[in-house]
Amino acid sequence: MALEIIESCVNCYACEPLCPNDAIYQASPHFLIDPDKCTECLGDFDDAQCASICPIEGAILDETGVALNLPGSLTGISTEMLAKYQAAVEATYQAALAAKTA
Amino acid sequence: MDLPVLNSNQESAATSGGCAAHSCGSTDDQLGHLPEHIRAKVHNHPCYSEQAHHYFARMHVAVAPACNIQCHYCNRKYDCSNESRPGVVSEVLTPDQAVKKVMAVAANIPQMTVLGIAGPGDPLANPERTFATFRELTEKAPDIKLCVSTNGLALPESVEELSKANIDHVTITINCVDPDIGAKIYPWVFWKNKRIMGREGAAILIEQQQKGLEMLTARGILVKVNSVMIPGVNDEHLVEVSKVVKAKGAFLHNVMPLIAEPEHGTFYGLMGQPSPSHDELQKLQDACAGDMNMMRHCRQCRADAVGLLGEDRGQEFTLDKIEDMEIDYAVAMVKRAEVHAQIAKELEEKDKAKAASAEIKAKLVAIEGASRLTPHALRPVLMAVATKGGGVINQHFGHASEFLIYEASPSGVRFIGHRKTMPYCEGGATCGDGESALDVTIRELAGCEVVLCSKVGYEPWQPLEAAGIQPNGEHAMEPIEDAVLAVYEEMRAAGKLAPKSATAQKVA
Repeated sequence: MALEIIESCVNCYACEPLCPNDAIYQASPHFLIDPDKCTECLGDFDDAQCASICPIEGAILDETGVALNLPGSLTGISTEMLAKYQAAVEATYQAALAAKTA
Repeated sequence: MDLPVLNSNQESAATSGGCAAHSCGSTDDQLGHLPEHIRAKVHNHPCYSEQAHHYFARMHVAVAPACNIQCHYCNRKYDCSNESRPGVVSEVLTPDQAVKKVMAVAANIPQMTVLGIAGPGDPLANPERTFATFRELTEKAPDIKLCVSTNGLALPESVEELSKANIDHVTITINCVDPDIGAKIYPWVFWKNKRIMGREGAAILIEQQQKGLEMLTARGILVKVNSVMIPGVNDEHLVEVSKVVKAKGAFLHNVMPLIAEPEHGTFYGLMGQPSPSHDELQKLQDACAGDMNMMRHCRQCRADAVGLLGEDRGQEFTLDKIEDMEIDYAVAMVKRAEVHAQIAKELEEKDKAKAASAEIKAKLVAIEGASRLTPHALRPVLMAVATKGGGVINQHFGHASEFLIYEASPSGVRFIGHRKTMPYCEGGATCGDGESALDVTIRELAGCEVVLCSKVGYEPWQPLEAAGIQPNGEHAMEPIEDAVLAVYEEMRAAGKLAPKSATAQKVA
């Protein structure tokens, strides 16, 4: 059993020093967990430490591939709000593009 | 707040003339009434001294990416070179890279007196990286002041290490002292190996912040408190926060406006949580000012900002660029000391000149007394100033990316804050956008009746006047406060300072 860090990781280093097994290491493009070392913190802590400090929802998965922090659970930002965010980013980008070509 | 009191008596103006630099009771600096030992520590710190921020520069190094809490105004997916707000950086540095960058900047920008670690996460949630940077800099660049900014959660456990690192300034961001309000700002904190959600987490954070504040002041470490004003959430509450932190020994309170735009991807941005207007911010700062020193010149800079407040020269010191720089720090230190001495001399001369200008102020008081008006019958006026630093009016209207706002009133001139704009004219290709940029500037300067700059073009003149903002390029290179006062006196002489309601009645 082991947890996994996926590509949405923002390389904030928060998890790395907390791991009781030194299973987390810096890698490119993002931090990784050595599956041979990871125990999901069993016997050391009630909660997996990396998943307890990770600020990014969905960046850490359990061994079945399920996110430990579900969308909206950490930021309060729902999926609908996130869609709105993406639309806003797109609009800003399009506006910048239009200004450039004008 | 210590302000030049013009309408009390002439004696105060006279006594202020004999003061030495930095200890003058008539200072417009918000640090004016602080004990001498604190002023000595902050007189050249651009983030703490309003006067210093015209002359001295600061930099932040982004060595601390990890955070132990979540705030609703922060998006942890920080990585944008076009955003200027706290918590945003372009590249996270190792302590070694940071030290190299600091020394490169210090050698190239000798006015840089202060190095802060402010994120992009929480510096004390990255103790090894933060303290390694401080330790090396203490040794290699002893002429740089070190400071740190924190959310306070890990502060009590870090106080010992902080005092060892010879850090005499700490900023704590305290947005509330009530966990029910905290629950609306902080969705979670990471505490004792667990993520604690909601009110419970906020209560822990508040307790640690207050404990840390007390521990620091007990050790004589200066503490500034930052608060983010979030309308409808903590705005009224911040008056209470100001009282509490002052009682515990914080020496300066910096109330900053919430930055929340949907494109930042923050909870508040996406929720449409409004930011305060300039007027709302100023009212709250004034309400808090009754209780303590308020800071009004904060630019809410990025966690990797470099340069004078309001400017960011970070792009000149990217990792690949500093790689090629050969820095002889011993030589740089000599040059830095010369530049600092030069600025100190300039400030001393300014203080002398200020004493001279007290005569103008006295005249204003005398005229006002003679006009049979009650002392407060002259209304206060807001004026915007374009400056590149040095405490003088030295920037072209069209080149300003921000304006400093001063209030002139019968009780003197005081600094109110700053307003960011897009430069109306950047020259060349971007000039085509001039019109919309001007609209933005005019909107941002709402409430100001005068804009003082070194020069102002023909084109913006009429729109500014039409918006009730008088452009004025007649005081180029003059000290800001003298010019503001002179214009105020001109307005008084021209009968433009009657209270607005009275003018309206006349018209009716």
